[in-house]
Amino acid sequence: MEDLVVRAEGLRKRFGETQALDSVDLAMRRGTVLGVLGPNGAGKTTAVRVLATLLRPDEGTAFVAGVDVLKHPDQVRRKIGLTGQYASVDEDLTGTQNLVLIGRLLDMPGRDAKRRAVELLEWFGLQEAAGRPAKTYSGGMRRRLDLAASLVGHPEVIFLDEPTTGLDPAKREDMWGVVRSQVTRGASVLLTTQYLEEADALADEIVVVDHGRVIAHDTPDGLKRRVGGQTLKVRPADPERLPDVLRVLDAVAAPGTTAAKDEAAGSRPGTASVPVTSDAALADAVAQMRAEGVEVTELALHLPSLDEVFHTLTGRTRTEAPV
Amino acid sequence: MSVLTHSGALAQRSLIKTMRTPEALIDVTIQPVIFLLLFTYLFGGAIGDGDRHAYLQFLLPGMLAQSLAMGGVALGQNLNADIEKGVFDRFRSLPISRAAPLVGAVLADVVRYLSVCLVMLTFGTIMGFRVETGFLPAVAAVALSVGFGLCFCWISVWVGMIVRTSGAVQGVMFMLVLPLTFGSNVFVATDTLPGWLQAFVQVNPITPLVATIRGLLVGGPVAAHLTVTLIWMAGLLVVFVPLALRAYARRA
Repeated sequence: MEDLVVRAEGLRKRFGETQALDSVDLAMRRGTVLGVLGPNGAGKTTAVRVLATLLRPDEGTAFVAGVDVLKHPDQVRRKIGLTGQYASVDEDLTGTQNLVLIGRLLDMPGRDAKRRAVELLEWFGLQEAAGRPAKTYSGGMRRRLDLAASLVGHPEVIFLDEPTTGLDPAKREDMWGVVRSQVTRGASVLLTTQYLEEADALADEIVVVDHGRVIAHDTPDGLKRRVGGQTLKVRPADPERLPDVLRVLDAVAAPGTTAAKDEAAGSRPGTASVPVTSDAALADAVAQMRAEGVEVTELALHLPSLDEVFHTLTGRTRTEAPV
Repeated sequence: MSVLTHSGALAQRSLIKTMRTPEALIDVTIQPVIFLLLFTYLFGGAIGDGDRHAYLQFLLPGMLAQSLAMGGVALGQNLNADIEKGVFDRFRSLPISRAAPLVGAVLADVVRYLSVCLVMLTFGTIMGFRVETGFLPAVAAVALSVGFGLCFCWISVWVGMIVRTSGAVQGVMFMLVLPLTFGSNVFVATDTLPGWLQAFVQVNPITPLVATIRGLLVGGPVAAHLTVTLIWMAGLLVVFVPLALRAYARRA
């Protein structure tokens, strides 16, 4: 049997008129990252709150690190770290005080709690702000402190609820680095996100949820194949070379597709795009264009947006009500 | 015993927050003094039949009790706001007793009730109040006051868990605290009141508390009033601690 560190079956939770979870199954292998992808209101946060023992489901079972979440929540709490969607640091406490408090609540002796706090603050680049109240922190710093707080006890399983929402791209990459380092340390990470790009960058497997249901569970590559993969977009420096670009792109196109000029309303003319199935297509295209002497000013590999993912998986746009 | 160490760590958290926002202590420092000034100099002459000093001796122990009851209101408000902010989500995800965050917050309130006692006794002394019993009875009066504050504030904690906004906590609590503190022996002797109001005063938990503090500070019978007060304190804990904990557990 697989070593599943998170295993949930048939989770249901209702808030008044809203069925937040409608029979959700989740499985995460030890030492991996599971990305839970979905729009606002899909049930991601509710699922995380159930797994992190904050919320009892109406129905269903859940095991985290081998422990029954409903029967032994206290044992589960010894093994998890949680970073909620809203930074749950105490604004009046300094960075150090926030982390020392968590350490003390995890039964660390005072000196160990202090040492762990210093270590984490340094690791998250917050040592200079360590003595300042968290309310003086920027949004990105607060997120990092929040994440640090969930790592104080070296948790076996880490839950991150939209850890990068509202962060600028550079800060987002920093956060991704932290997640990867935790997996290297041996932890397992379940993170929710609204960005396929993020799930693709971090997750070993992706679960797509919508209206409280799991509508897909796949590897990032498998998911990208199903939703039409990625789009390679190229802008030659000389618009006259566009036909050459089209020929190069056709050679790397996904089976059954061809390259085309971008003529959609709103996009600047002079670019060509092609659906591709692998990241290697980008390198192939670059090499071929260099060989032909085509100078390029714009080159990008786009993942499908969440909207496109949903459209493909459900056959409808997100704003439509389920039939 | 880990409940105690966890509560202690969380009480420390509350104290740090209090130190960082000293203006949050206005209701247990400046406000009681304003009430004391108001009632002594504005109403004292009329109520005390011209003898302001005698009225101050009568009033101060009672106002101490009133300020303690009012001092607990902020606790429910703060807890209500904390819960909305997500800090409590983190506490809930930690392997600590569910009671620890509430117990910790209540323990930290000791500082507020001590402030009430010290500020009122100091300022009262400046205004001419004199302890007529002795040092030890005065210390006992302070200890009983702080103890009562710690029991009474669980009502505020419970209200803080069940109402939606912190503003509503204040509204609900004042609806309770104002009748309890004015409908008592705090401001006037009970025998000046109409019969139906006397009946209310007799069953009001503030009344035996005030009578005990009065006895301890300016003399008079203590034992019988103290017994009733201690029974009330135990009763408050037995009823409102479980109510507050259950409401906290439900508010996820």
